[in-house]
Amino acid sequence: MFLESVLIFAKIIAVVAPLMIAVAYYTYAERKLIGYVQIRIGPNRVGPRGWLQPIADALKLMFKEIILPTKANRYLFIIAPMLSIAPALAAWAVIPFADGWVVADINAGLLYLLAMTSLGVYGVIIAGWASNSKYALLGALRSAAQIVAYEIAMGFALVGVLMAAGSLNLSAIVHAQATGYGFLGWYWVPLFPLFLIYFISGVAETNRAPFDVAEGESEIVAGFHVEYSGMLFAVFFLAEYANMILIAALTTLMFMGGWLSPFQGTGLEAYFAWMPQIFWFFAKMTLFLLLFLWFRATFPRYRYDQIMRLGWKVFIPLTIVWLVVLGVMILTHLSPWFASTAG
Amino acid sequence: MVQFIFYLFATVLIFAAVRVITVKNPVHAALHLVLAFFSMAAIWLLLEAEFLAIALVLVYVGAVMVLFLFVVMMLDINVATVSEGFTRYLSSGFLVGLLILLEMVAVVGSHHFGLKAMPAPTPMAADAVVNTVLLGNVLYTEYVYPFELAAIILLVAMVAAIALVMRPKRWSKYVKPEDQVVVKAQDRLTMVKMTAEKES
Repeated sequence: MFLESVLIFAKIIAVVAPLMIAVAYYTYAERKLIGYVQIRIGPNRVGPRGWLQPIADALKLMFKEIILPTKANRYLFIIAPMLSIAPALAAWAVIPFADGWVVADINAGLLYLLAMTSLGVYGVIIAGWASNSKYALLGALRSAAQIVAYEIAMGFALVGVLMAAGSLNLSAIVHAQATGYGFLGWYWVPLFPLFLIYFISGVAETNRAPFDVAEGESEIVAGFHVEYSGMLFAVFFLAEYANMILIAALTTLMFMGGWLSPFQGTGLEAYFAWMPQIFWFFAKMTLFLLLFLWFRATFPRYRYDQIMRLGWKVFIPLTIVWLVVLGVMILTHLSPWFASTAG
Repeated sequence: MVQFIFYLFATVLIFAAVRVITVKNPVHAALHLVLAFFSMAAIWLLLEAEFLAIALVLVYVGAVMVLFLFVVMMLDINVATVSEGFTRYLSSGFLVGLLILLEMVAVVGSHHFGLKAMPAPTPMAADAVVNTVLLGNVLYTEYVYPFELAAIILLVAMVAAIALVMRPKRWSKYVKPEDQVVVKAQDRLTMVKMTAEKES
């Protein structure tokens, strides 16, 4: 009993500690990459080539004073960042990093993920309300409406994945994509519209550019976290980046074959057999993480009514149509993806 | 261990449920209701009903209560006026509450509860059929008519909700996205070639 608890605790540490380091260096990568896109150098003062910049930022945030607005609801004001980061970290429990490398291999993994990601909105809403500030409340309302709208499209995209794989278990979903045709055998080919919709909805769910009206600087200062400073603000920041990495990991698992080698089943497979499975997983995740940054550097912010129109009137009907198409593909056992799917 | 977890969540559940009806601020009441749902989901997880537990979190906590909070947050409720009628309605409220309690006891009764009627469930074997698969099989075979009925009721509610807010004609000026999408660069910008003029 005791040994088991220690083992579970060690597993959680082994997931969360690298995640925190990844968040720190993801912010560094973001500043560098956007710098290069805008023909600047980016942070280069702290440490060689600015490598210690995220650590300096973290230290600065830790020692900053936390200011509680006088008329704010103190209890909810402090609990909001915790409600924001808890689901962002809890969702990582069911992510398989390689075959069998998962903290909790539960059968309802996909549903658990949907439930956890839908809880993240509470941190934003409560922060906006408890701050007792009009900008914060406006940001919270925008964010809540946006997350509720895109969650439906996201859920339907996941329904497509679970129809294709016939399972809610994330490891089983990855195994179902090992069709022997390398990267063409993964679900991004038959589920291409759902793949695009899932990733775009993921960008909208995490309130990132071009969907970042919740913190649109030009209109409502910084949105829901305008009254936060110091460590409380840092926790919101951590939650946002942990969620971005989570979306990248999920897109990898569900559409890009997770830890599977892109050459699996082809003549090149033997040459790359020495690569550990986790390498492929991280390589694909990095691709999506860079896409997040590329979007932010390239696209102007969406107008609010355009965001709502895209979510409700474009994505949701598209996903429903593709679910019907997918049903036909499964019933006809379209090779190679659904050759062995029950249906 | 399981008992400890059960009593922990049960205590939180009862505390949160009581706070829902005792706190003055409606936002706090809604948040306590969220906490109550969450503790209930944890108790269902202990009963190995993982699909129902996660669906409770996903639907009620993740969607319904978010919209609820959304509305409640916008209300500007004066706490003093809410608590004003408390003593006035106390006697009639107590009477109605007592009546409902009596009716519930008469219908449900105590013989459905207790360890004799509800023995502790035996845990399923690790390789048993998945809860979700079982539920899906039952839902689409044995309970297919109630399932379809529920779907039709939801559809009617959805159509009614849309019909209630639909305006036949809009008087305000608004943007037509379908027109915006088909716009070409030539419609907005014309390149004109002009000969250079000499300064006089």
